Amino acid sequence: MSALDESRLHSDPGIDAHRQPGGVQSGGGAGAPAAGATPLQRERATTIFQKGASGRRAFTCPALDVPAVDSGKLLPERFRRTEPPRLPEVSEPEIVRHYVGLSKRNFDLDSGFYPLGSCTMKHNPRLHERAAALSGHARLHPLQDAERAQGALELMWNLQAALAEIAGLPHVSLQPSAGSHGELAGVLLTRAYHEDRGQTRHKVLTPDTSHGTNPATVTMAGLEVVKLATNESGGIDIEDLKAKADEDVACLMLTNPNTLGIFDENILQIAEIVHGVGATLYYDGANLNAVMGISRPGDMGFDIVHFNLHKSFTQPHGGGGPGSGPIAVSERIAPFLPVPVVERSDDGPGGAPTFDLDHGRGRVGSKSIGRVRGFHGNYGCFVRAYAYIRSLGGDGLLDASQNAVLNANYLLARLKRKGVAEQLPLAYGELCMHEFVLSGGPMKRALKIKTLDLAKRLLDHGFHPPTVYFPLLVDEALMVEPTETETRETLDAFAEAVAEILREAAADPEIAANAPYTTPVRRLDEVTAAKRPVIRQAM
Amino acid sequence: MLAEIGVGSLQEIFDRQIPEAVRLDRPLALPDGLPEQDVYEHLRSLAARNTSAEDEISFLGAGMYDHYVPALIDMLTERSEFLTPYTPYQPEISQGGLQVMFEYQTAISELTGLPASNASAYEGPSAVAAAGYLAKLHNGLRRLVISAGLHPHSIQTLRTTAHGYGMDVIEVPLRDGVTDPDAWAQAIDADTSAAIFAQPNFYGAVEDAAALSAAAKAATSAAPAGNGSERGGAGGAPVVVAQVDPIVLGVLAPPGECGVDVAVGEGQALGNRLDFGGPSFGLFAARDEYLRRMPGRIAGETVDVDGRRGFVLTLQTREQHIRREKATSNICTAQALNALAGVVYLTWLGRRGIVELGELLLARTNYARETLARLDGVEKLHDQPVIREFALRLDADVGSVRRRCAAQGVNPGVDLQALTGRAEDRGGLLVAITERRSREHIDRLADVLGAAVAAERRAAVPA
Repeated sequence: MSALDESRLHSDPGIDAHRQPGGVQSGGGAGAPAAGATPLQRERATTIFQKGASGRRAFTCPALDVPAVDSGKLLPERFRRTEPPRLPEVSEPEIVRHYVGLSKRNFDLDSGFYPLGSCTMKHNPRLHERAAALSGHARLHPLQDAERAQGALELMWNLQAALAEIAGLPHVSLQPSAGSHGELAGVLLTRAYHEDRGQTRHKVLTPDTSHGTNPATVTMAGLEVVKLATNESGGIDIEDLKAKADEDVACLMLTNPNTLGIFDENILQIAEIVHGVGATLYYDGANLNAVMGISRPGDMGFDIVHFNLHKSFTQPHGGGGPGSGPIAVSERIAPFLPVPVVERSDDGPGGAPTFDLDHGRGRVGSKSIGRVRGFHGNYGCFVRAYAYIRSLGGDGLLDASQNAVLNANYLLARLKRKGVAEQLPLAYGELCMHEFVLSGGPMKRALKIKTLDLAKRLLDHGFHPPTVYFPLLVDEALMVEPTETETRETLDAFAEAVAEILREAAADPEIAANAPYTTPVRRLDEVTAAKRPVIRQAM
Repeated sequence: MLAEIGVGSLQEIFDRQIPEAVRLDRPLALPDGLPEQDVYEHLRSLAARNTSAEDEISFLGAGMYDHYVPALIDMLTERSEFLTPYTPYQPEISQGGLQVMFEYQTAISELTGLPASNASAYEGPSAVAAAGYLAKLHNGLRRLVISAGLHPHSIQTLRTTAHGYGMDVIEVPLRDGVTDPDAWAQAIDADTSAAIFAQPNFYGAVEDAAALSAAAKAATSAAPAGNGSERGGAGGAPVVVAQVDPIVLGVLAPPGECGVDVAVGEGQALGNRLDFGGPSFGLFAARDEYLRRMPGRIAGETVDVDGRRGFVLTLQTREQHIRREKATSNICTAQALNALAGVVYLTWLGRRGIVELGELLLARTNYARETLARLDGVEKLHDQPVIREFALRLDADVGSVRRRCAAQGVNPGVDLQALTGRAEDRGGLLVAITERRSREHIDRLADVLGAAVAAERRAAVPA
């Protein structure tokens, strides 16, 4: 018996003893379909480890073509595994059927609307997959010599230049693997900048509307989070900022527009206050989709910007990654950028450009913070983002942002109609940028259903719900970002669905309270999952 | 639409929200947009200027390897339902993705012999750094003792991030190609938060993982608790961390059976493309007691209101979206699609396949090392057991030798000193073997490398 079996993380009698599906119809009222009605609901979740049989296989190992040597001579017994790992024994058809079957238990962006605030779920063009699959990109080893990776290095250089132009900041590193990884790099850069000037600063300011990654990053970077209040317009409370901005502040981390979908009109004043105490200004690029070609963080006064290539730049989300979080910085921060950087010289034949990776920044005496990961970053994501930027061009990116803002304001207007506005009022402001936040507080009091229930009932209507319960500042928050790639018809249908759910709740709140009904599984017990974690299949 | 919004123009929406002073008053200075076919041609022309593993016989390794990715993985990772959804915050419509995570966690747990796996980290070196952070959260101590056998990128990444979360990194040298056991035991003291080594190490050598783990635990239990620090964990021992290569864990003893507390590693070899270095995924697995300090997403099993088996993201109070500044890490987007490729690959290899593959790599790697070491001007860098990669020392300039080989369509491996920057790695070449490198390829490498070294040695002799 494996030592793994002694762990408690794989079995729980409370879970194993659950009833057969389809037995009990729970909750609902008139109009709610019987539980267990759909084929997907009747299907029992069975993992790949519970399938197959001894001796089945998919992989055929290439034949041993070198002289056989007693492998005991090659590797001492005590270094060897005694029992094979308990991986499945299944054939290829079984694997395909299993995973294709699993895919059908997923909702996805290609299938429907996904208005998750600050996630920018815009269409993922399939050209990008074709381009990324070209063997010159896909089978290129990261340590290939620069002279035989000129296409890749040029692509990275071009992408760097494009991101610099979009951000309004000249120096770019493509290395970080995700937005929050870019945030970590950014805060480490800020620390390095201050240390280089002989200063030790301990605090980072961040508004209470900030994405959770911002404060988490600050702690990982060894600094202390200080929260800033939000004013009644949804922007930074300037008086609170003035009170808290001192010479122990290393940085202010912001996103603009913020998670309320509000563009902070005081941004230049904010930059002045922050720079006035010698601190840096960090831009979380999660909401860049609102402002491409319209306003640039560099022009707003930001020193460091991270991009989420898996948001504005169409890298598919993949169910939770991969992403990519390049950063762009101002002149004064540039010396500290991670190593290596892509360099260009015009010393090829006839003055043609050649590209290389400059590792010199990592040498003794250099001010670079070093590396935040192996190799160069998520190149596969660079290919896709670059293809997007070349497809749209400058005008196309401007168009994208303008339509993102138009769509958000239109959807907001539809949700301001009678019947909805009273229950789900806009939390701040009148217009919005690319996203907006509604409060479900009135709905909860009047109709006895929560934002959570509205979200779950939306699943029955074939929509992915908006982001819920974020930002924390808003009671029963619902954060909606439609993006520019949705049609007016889709926005209308979504607004209709919300209105219908509210009407239904007015008649019978139990329906939404027990939703969803039509999804492959219904509401799940998350409390038990956390109290008695079962995180691997019992064998 | 504008009428519904109640504005006269699209411009008005911006005028009312964005101050004039921060508006960009010119078009973005970017090339004009192109039709799809032109974008494709451009990307193809860029690809054509790269020499990939398709274009040469490549023995490049050092963390990423040219393994064969079966076609069914391409098919699955391109499916809309796996490619395009978001992180599964609404579990009712994300059972596919959540179950994949659960299966992936199970597979990694089986491979490493450690019960608690997360649903992926970004890649290898940052997973090593994350393990350092876990150790800090666990015991609050300051020192990270690391073997010089860790991948140079892991060492650099750890140094960069440890500087952030406030820990010192002490490097223990190698002796005869493996971590110097005396220096290792000596470096670990009562203030050591974690002890970190690689298996196999960066120079391809199989380490005595059990001995290194035992020495780490013994080193501190014997030490006086003079500094008065509070320790978590049994006996005040450091957290033992191993950076592992998952593809050889069908043959090598798994870290969980060698006294290792946390196993991390680069997952690219498991069903993921080279992609010039990313995206791939990092594996992160640990003993039960570290579960609540683990970074990243974890999928857990549960039931729904009707009693159906289902899966959810669990232990979310560790994570940034709940715990914010007190989170165990800041990971949000990770590498879910790459982890899908990883678990499908492990399923495709299967229980027998991963053993057979490991034995094949072991046999071919040793054949390659013996064959090349017989060449004039080529010797083994060390004599330790190797399983998929090995280091040689050339009596010639490595850069020039590699260029000669490249002209013959063979990439003989990585210039060691260029990667590590260590004086003692001068003349070093790191040669990686995968199941795609046949005996024929290896024999060709021997011919080409032998000729290249000989030519360089002749050229170096003064006239």
